Amino acid sequence: MHTHEPLIKLDGISFSYPGGSPVLEDLTFTLSEHDRIGIVAPNGSGKTTLLHIIMGLLTPSAGSLELFGRVMQTEKDFQDVRRKAGLLFQDADDQLFSPTVLEDVAFGPLNMGKTKEEALALSRKTLAYLGLEDFEDKITFKLSGGEKRLVALATVLAMEPQVLLLDEPTAGLDQDTKKRLIKTLSELDLAYILISHEFDFLTATTDHMYPMENGKILVDEELHVHVHEHAHKVGAHPHRHV
Amino acid sequence: MIEEPFAKGDSFIHNIDPRLRIAAAAMLSIAVALSSGFATLLSALAIAALALVAANLDWRRVCGRLLVVAGFLILLWLILPITHRGYPLYSLGPVTVTREGIMLATQITLKSFSILALLIALVATMPVAALGNALGSLGVPGKLNQLLLVSYRYIFVIEQEYQRLVRAAKIRGFQPGTNLHTYRTYAYLAGMLFVRASMRAQRVYQAMLCRGFHGRYIPLQTFKTGKQNPVFAVLTLSALVSMLYLEWT
Repeated sequence: MHTHEPLIKLDGISFSYPGGSPVLEDLTFTLSEHDRIGIVAPNGSGKTTLLHIIMGLLTPSAGSLELFGRVMQTEKDFQDVRRKAGLLFQDADDQLFSPTVLEDVAFGPLNMGKTKEEALALSRKTLAYLGLEDFEDKITFKLSGGEKRLVALATVLAMEPQVLLLDEPTAGLDQDTKKRLIKTLSELDLAYILISHEFDFLTATTDHMYPMENGKILVDEELHVHVHEHAHKVGAHPHRHV
Repeated sequence: MIEEPFAKGDSFIHNIDPRLRIAAAAMLSIAVALSSGFATLLSALAIAALALVAANLDWRRVCGRLLVVAGFLILLWLILPITHRGYPLYSLGPVTVTREGIMLATQITLKSFSILALLIALVATMPVAALGNALGSLGVPGKLNQLLLVSYRYIFVIEQEYQRLVRAAKIRGFQPGTNLHTYRTYAYLAGMLFVRASMRAQRVYQAMLCRGFHGRYIPLQTFKTGKQNPVFAVLTLSALVSMLYLEWT
């Protein structure tokens, strides 16, 4: 067994929105290189908040955050980190704001200081990798839901991140797009945190699954999905498994 | 997304540096707006028409845009000749058509069409992103510039949100009338729209931050540096000088 460098280290993170009850409470979690972690969380459990805290979009009220071996304190710290961590937003519409697909994908690389030629080459490569070669000149606004999600993923991957944070990537996707997403994610050599409710999708894409409850990620309660068959005398009646 | 039907092309105008085009459009438009001589205005219209030809645009679309203004001008033609004081040309009962009124309406018509045609030929022929960048490098403040670009992108999203809210009200049997319930519902709709728009703006800004945005759009387009830029500048300046000459002699 070999140890990996921790990429994301959250220690005792708490957060509450103004005037609300705590969303995250003393949350501790570590993501190391090559980790592919699924988090199963009910609606309103603070999963989006958690991802936004990692990206520095929200500031926790307590706890420490260490990314890529550095303790995060100021906005400046986060500006460097955002190049290495890619967040796929829950709503792709929030993420796509350029007129055409190519411009949108090139936005991140350009901000990272790449030249136009480099940014274009990188964007085309990323689009081709995702099978979106013909999308370059399409208008982002007119794409279908599934296409938007894939293009949004392309905008994130074009920045060549070391970590991906995926916020319910399958929400509203059809089976085909889901399969494409599963294939892409399993081919990527990246550490990621994936938040979803869909066990099928999580089993296909992640190595570990943890539940999130009461503002904590319960690392001790790893979830295992298995399929079982059994007969009931009165099988037509609804029944519970505990 | 607002369509940019004129932005794509490879004409003489399309290959001119956007900054130069904006500067030319601004100078010529101001000159047209301040001129009053018919010789000046007619030559301005000719210059604008030449610019349209040089931009090699789809004529039907151009006419469509010009017709929008024609609607407003018809209103002017109905009102100005009979309300403006001056030498009476024709009387019908209490209504008198004056020569000055007709001249003013003609001037406004010529000015409107020239300026609009100039803007279509010179400014509408660049994508809005290029427009934003060019404005930025011409010294327009960054915040104003971002306001332009982001509202351009999100006007449609806001419109969609509005349609969604209206649909939600309709499927629950809402019928507008002149009563307090209607006013209150519309107030809710408007309020909700503002809330949603501002939430959305916030999320978009966050997404931009996540992708390394730090206050400045970096354009993807590159513009050829060639002979066409100085040629265009000389043409613009001579057009401007000849208009000024016509106006002052």
